Amino acid sequence: MNYFATVRGKGFNFRDLRTLMAKASPMRSADVLAGLAADSEVERAVAQRLLAEVPLRQFLEEPLIPPEIDEVSQLILDQHDTLAFAPIAGLTVGEFRDWLLADTSDLSRLSAGLTPEMVAAVCKIMRNQDLIAVARRCRVVTRFRNTIGLPGRLSTRLQPNHPTDDPRGIAASILDGLLYGSGDAVIGINPATDNLGNVHTLLTLLDEIINLYKIPTQSCVLTHVTTSMELMRRGAPVDLVFQSIAGTEAANRSFGINLAMLREAKAMAESVGRNRFGSNLMYFETGQGSALSANAHHGVDAQTCEARAYAVAREFSPLLVNTVVGFIGPEYLYDGKQIIRSGLEDHFCGKLLGLPMGCDICYTNHAEADQNDMDNLLTLLGVAGCNFIMGIPGADDVMLAYQSTSFHDALYLRQVLGLKPAPEFEAWLEQMGIFDGQNRLAGSRTVTPLLSNFHGLSGALS
Amino acid sequence: MNDPWHTLRRFTQARIAQGIVGCSLPTSALLDFQLSHAAARDAVNHPWDVDSFLGGINTLGLEALCLSTQTKSREQYLQRPDKGRCLDELSRQVLYSRNKEQIDVVLIMTNGLSSVAMDSHGLLLLEAITVAYKSSSLRLGPVCVVPNGRVALADEIGALLNARLSVIIVGERPGLSAADSLGVYMTYAPRIGNTDAGRNCISNIRHPDGLSYRAAAIKLDYLSHQSLQHKHSGIVLKDDMPQHLLD
Repeated sequence: MNYFATVRGKGFNFRDLRTLMAKASPMRSADVLAGLAADSEVERAVAQRLLAEVPLRQFLEEPLIPPEIDEVSQLILDQHDTLAFAPIAGLTVGEFRDWLLADTSDLSRLSAGLTPEMVAAVCKIMRNQDLIAVARRCRVVTRFRNTIGLPGRLSTRLQPNHPTDDPRGIAASILDGLLYGSGDAVIGINPATDNLGNVHTLLTLLDEIINLYKIPTQSCVLTHVTTSMELMRRGAPVDLVFQSIAGTEAANRSFGINLAMLREAKAMAESVGRNRFGSNLMYFETGQGSALSANAHHGVDAQTCEARAYAVAREFSPLLVNTVVGFIGPEYLYDGKQIIRSGLEDHFCGKLLGLPMGCDICYTNHAEADQNDMDNLLTLLGVAGCNFIMGIPGADDVMLAYQSTSFHDALYLRQVLGLKPAPEFEAWLEQMGIFDGQNRLAGSRTVTPLLSNFHGLSGALS
Repeated sequence: MNDPWHTLRRFTQARIAQGIVGCSLPTSALLDFQLSHAAARDAVNHPWDVDSFLGGINTLGLEALCLSTQTKSREQYLQRPDKGRCLDELSRQVLYSRNKEQIDVVLIMTNGLSSVAMDSHGLLLLEAITVAYKSSSLRLGPVCVVPNGRVALADEIGALLNARLSVIIVGERPGLSAADSLGVYMTYAPRIGNTDAGRNCISNIRHPDGLSYRAAAIKLDYLSHQSLQHKHSGIVLKDDMPQHLLD
C-alpha cells in the first residue's frame, strides 16, 4: 500500500507501511545510521499524520517483515487474539491514541489483542506524558520468591559486577546493596567470563547468600541461554534463565538463539522447579538498536524492532524484562534526550503488551549524556509505574564500563514518590533492621547481623 | 561520611560504602564521581600515537602492518560503526597482494574507544599472547594495526589473509573506574557477514585491577586450540578451561 499526502504544496510519498513507521519515529541516531529516518522535520510530522490515519487492522494485513522469512513475524500473527482485539478493531492508530488516553480501565485484558507494530505505531504519535499516563494503568505482576510489580511498589536488580568475577568483590557489592535496601527484583551478576566453572561458582555464591539470610529474592548470572542449560544439567542452582533477545529472527540468530532454544531452556527450568509459583522463570534484556547492530533490521526502525522483541518475551512469561536503554552507545541513541524518550517508549510498549517491564536507565561515556539525564528518566519512569530499575554501587559498573542507577537513586525515588520494595522483601528489610518500618533506611542498620556475619558469607571469602 | 564496611573496598573498585545524606551521595563522593566522568569523557577522545605503537611491535621482533578503516575522523568513528568495520581500498589492496602464506591466527590491534588502553597495555598483552602461542607452535600472520576499528573488522582482515582464526584486540569503552581496559574477540573462519554469535570474548584486560596479560593470553591460547580442533567459535564453543592452566 502507498501512503501519500500533500502538505503546503509539497507532495510526500511513503512507499509502504514500514517506511511510514520509520519516518514517523521521533528522531534518533539509530534510524539515521540505518538510512531510515525522516529527511526533514516536516517529513516526520507528515508521516505521523498519515500514520494516525492507518487502521489498526492494516498491521495484520501488511506485516512489516514477511512471516515466511522471519519466525518472530509468524509468532506475532500466531499470538494475536481476535477476541481481545475486538474493542479496538475498528480504530485507526490516531483513534487508538485517543481511546487509550480517554479510557480509565485496566488495560491488561487488551494486551493479547495487540501486536507490537500496533503498539509501536501509536507510541510514535504519543508525547512523553501520554506514554507515562497510559503505562501507569498497565500493571503486570510476577512472582518467584517475592511479588514484583504491585501498585505503589518499585523493585531493584542488585548488580554487583566485578572486572575479574572475584567472589569477595562481588559479595562486598551485594552486601552494600542489601544494606541500602536493594535487590528484590533479582541479584543479577553479569559475569566477566562465561567459563562454565566460573559461572557455576557465582551461582553457588548467590544461592548461599540467599539461603543463609533467607532473603526473599532470586538470583541470576547473566550468561548465554545455552550456558545456563549446560549448568542446569550439571546441577547448578539456576533460579532465572537469562537471555538477550531482539525483534527479528536474524538478530536473534546473531545472539545465537531462536524460539525453539528458548522453549527448551524454559522447559528445563520448569523441570528443575525452583519457583514454587510456577511459570515466571525467565529474565530477558532488550534495547533499541540491537537489530541494526546485527545488520538484521529488514528496513524496520529501531523502536518497532524493539517492540517486536516483546512478542518474543511474552511468549515465555518472564519474571523480568529489562530494556537496557542507553547501553550500546551514541550511534543508536545519541544523547540524554533520545535515551529518555526511548526509555519511556520501551516501558510503555512493553507494559501495553503485558510484560513486567523494568529499565536499566543508563549511558556510556561516549554518549552526550550524564547523571542528570538519568535522574530525569528515573523520575519519569517512577511516575510511569516501572516494575524495577538497576541498583549499582555509586551507579558505576566497574565491569561493563557504563553508568546506570545507584542504590541511592532507588532510595530517592522511594522517598519522592512513596514507592516501597516488594512486600516480602520489605518485611525482610525491616526484620534485618535495614529499613525502619516507614520505607526508609534505619539509623541502626549498621548493627544488622548481615554485616556482622559478612565474613561467614561464603567459603569463597576466606 | 563513609559507611563502617568501607574496608571491604579492598576487594573491589566498585563505589561501595560511600555513605548517605538524606537519600543522596555525600558531597565528596558526588564530586569524585563528576571528576571520574569528566576523565572518562576526555579519554574517549584521546589520540593514538600509531607510529610509536608500530615501533614497539617491531621491537618485539614481530612484523607489523599498518592498515586503515573507512573512518575519516574520531567524530565519525563514534557515529558510524559501519565505517569502522571495513578497510579502505588501499588497505584491501595491501592484504590482497600479499603472498598467501599459511596462517593459523591473524592478530589485529585497534585503539577502539580507548587509545589509553592500547598505549598502556597493548604491547604487553601482545607479548604475552605471542609467548603463549609460541609454546603451541601456531603460525601467526603479520600484526595488523588499525586505528579506529570495530570488532567486525576482524572478519574482513581474516578473510583477506585467509587465516583460520581472526583475533582482534580492541580498546574497550572507558568507564569511570578504569579507562584502560582491553578486550579480545576471536572468530573461527573469519568471513564478512559473520555475527557476534560466532565470536568468543575475553574482556577487562588491564593491570593491576583487571584480568592479567598472562591469564588473558592463556585463555586465548586455550580457546584458539579448542576452536581449531572443533572448527567453530562463539556460542557453541563453551569455555570449559580448567583453572589449573592458570597456575
